[in-house]
Order: sequence, then C-alpha cells, then structure tokens
Amino acid sequence: MGELINIFIKSAFIENLALSYFLGMCSYLAVSKTVKTAFGLGLAVIFVLAITMPINWAINTYLLGEGGMFGTDLTFLRLILFIAVIASMVQLVEMVVEKYSPSLYNSLGIFLPLITVNCAILGGSLFMVSKEYGFAESVSFGLGGGFGWFLAIIAIAAIREKIRYSDVPAPLRGLGMAFLLTGLMGLAFMSLMGIDLAAFN
Amino acid sequence: MAEAAVAKKQGMTFGKNEKKLLVDPLSTNNPITVQVLGICSALAVTTGMKNSLVMAIAVVFVTMFSSLITSALRNAIPKQVRMIVQLVIIATLVTIVELTLKAVSYDSYKQLSVFIGLIITNCIVMGRLEAFAMGNDPYRSALDGIGNGLGYGVILMAIAFVRELFGKGEFFGLKIIGASPEYWVDTAAEGSWMGWYQPNNLMILFPAAMFVIAVMIWIHRAWKPQLVDVS
Repeated sequence: MGELINIFIKSAFIENLALSYFLGMCSYLAVSKTVKTAFGLGLAVIFVLAITMPINWAINTYLLGEGGMFGTDLTFLRLILFIAVIASMVQLVEMVVEKYSPSLYNSLGIFLPLITVNCAILGGSLFMVSKEYGFAESVSFGLGGGFGWFLAIIAIAAIREKIRYSDVPAPLRGLGMAFLLTGLMGLAFMSLMGIDLAAFN
Repeated sequence: MAEAAVAKKQGMTFGKNEKKLLVDPLSTNNPITVQVLGICSALAVTTGMKNSLVMAIAVVFVTMFSSLITSALRNAIPKQVRMIVQLVIIATLVTIVELTLKAVSYDSYKQLSVFIGLIITNCIVMGRLEAFAMGNDPYRSALDGIGNGLGYGVILMAIAFVRELFGKGEFFGLKIIGASPEYWVDTAAEGSWMGWYQPNNLMILFPAAMFVIAVMIWIHRAWKPQLVDVS
C-alpha cells in the first residue's frame, strides 16, 4: 500500500506530466484561459487517465507480450492498440456522462474529444510500459499523473486570469506570457525532484 | 477562408495558391508559434540539433502521408468514427517511422524514446487532418501536410540551435566551445580570450525550451503585429 501511495505522490508532484515532462501542452495552453474551463478539462483528464492506464496495461501484458495470448512478440502493434483504446474510451466516457449526468456533460462536453489527442494520456501509457508497472501500480500511476496534470492546469489558469490586468508588452501578451509562466512553473517543480520518498516509509 | 477557395480549383497545377499552402505555415500560420500545435515534442527533443532533425523529418513524413491518405478516403469515412479512423492512419504511419528509425539509427531511436510514439498525438497531424485534409483533394492536402511539417521543423531546429549551442557548446554534435582541448574554442586553455565563458546548463533543462519559444513568439509578433493577441 505504501508503495502505491509513493507512486501516486511521485507521479503527481515529482514527475508531474505537465510541468516535468511537458506532456499535453496543446490543450494545456489552449484551455487555460479561465479557471472554470481548466477545471473541467483537468477532471476529464484524471478520469480518462485512470481508466485507460489499467486497460492498456492488460492489453500490453496479456495480448502483446511474449507470455501473452498469442505467444509471440506483438509489441509493434502497441501504438495502434493504445491509441484505439484511448479513442474508444473517450467516446465511451462521453456517452456515459451524457446519459447519466447531463450537467457534467455540458461542462465537460467540448473537452472530452480533445483528450484523445492529449499526449499526457498516450505518454502516460508509454511511460507505464517503460517503467514496467504492475496492475495496481498502473492504476495509482494513472490517478497520480492525472491529478498532477489537473493541479498544473488549474495553477496556470489562475495565474493567467490575474496577469490579464498586468502591463505586458503587446507582442508577448497571451500566448507568449503563457509559455514564460509555464517555464517558470517548470523550474519551480524541478525543486521537488530531490525528494526521496523512501524516507517516508 | 483561403482554404475553402483553394478547394474549388482542381487539378495538379502548382500556382499561387499551392505555393501559399507550402509557405504560409513557415511564418504567418506557423504551427508552433501561431496555431499552438505540437508543443510537447518541441520541448522534449530539442536539446540537440541531430535529434531535432530526425524528429522534423519524421513529422514531415507523417503529416504528408496522413493528409494524403485521409484526403483520399475522406468521402468514405463516416463522420461519427472519423477520429478513430484518422488515429489508426496516423498510428500506422508512426509505427512505420518508429521501426525504420530503429533499423537505421538505433542511437537516435533510444534517445527519442517515447517521443516518436507521441507523434500520434502531435496535434499538428490531427489538427491539419481535421482542418484541411477532410475537405480538400489529396494533392493539396499533401502540400499542406508538407508545409506544416516544415513549419514545425524550422521552429524545432531554431530552438535546438539555441539550446545546443548555449547549453552544451555544440553544433550538430560538433564541439564548438567548452572547457577541454577537444573543443574548437578551448576556454580552459592558458590565456584563452574566452576564459570567462561558462556553458548555461539551464538551456538543457525542459523549461528553457519554454523560454526560447516565448522569446521567438515575442520577436515574431513584434515583426508581424497582426498576430498580436488582443484578448
């Protein structure tokens, strides 16, 4: 259990998908103009990451590996299968949310399709493979990674809301400022890298 | 939109409109600094010019062929499942690139690791398929794909140039400036005129790419004021 909590904290803060690996930057920069929309997208990312990660883990272990169903090394199909899982999961989540919670659907609606091409999701799955996580670990990694991404987009949206009232040079306004801020936040997050989680056990 | 006007004229001619498709993404409609697409890989792979060049070539290949194929199939793809169809086309092309790179240059393959796979979710590819290839003929879609791939590549190389030169003192892996006799300018040599020089290690870290892109956007928009964000 302690190890799972460790993975959660590590993937949320120390190896933050948005601010340490800079994954999912397209939607991160495009949707962070207000806190409200950033909140919706962040929630959707947590949701999709936590669902796709275990499914992709199962596919990678039971279908593609040498010890899997087909008994041969099929890892060259990994990218196609992973992205198909992500795309169909996003579609499924969209339909379920639309049926059971129309109010959530209305606030998330536009962002759900965007998530398919959010590299944090595919990147998360690929990192999970390269780190050789097990089932429970991949769930924890998915939740933690999603939570870290959620925090990052909320933080930049809050800063961008405030900075609109500042006197920024015209060519740097908007996008340019968002890049600078993300860079500075990335530097701040690097200071968490030295934390040794083994010390907490 | 100019894109819609292009669609009406058919045929394999190369006129003003076709040239525009190739040249526009290099500056006024650049995928990275204007459309804000494909940032992730721009940050991750730009610590060296060699990796950036490999990445740029891979992306040009994928954007060109995915636009071509999607455009050729555009009337046969049902609207509800178009995302999945597009993703499968892109994923197939990326797998081809990945395996080719693994065979041809294993070093680059190791260094680029997951980022070759992440071309699938590079929004430039999806974005151009949605915005252009689904409504235009294959020839022009391929041109648009090449143009956007090149626009991405140019920015990638520019970022990599700054980061590699100031971070490691190298240019395409050639040692230019640093504190050992291997470098062209040896700052550690006795009485060297560059003795004060220290490499800027910040440039190798991820956040530096953000700063470099921000400065590039600044210069680009100061030069072309019509791009300035008014909101």
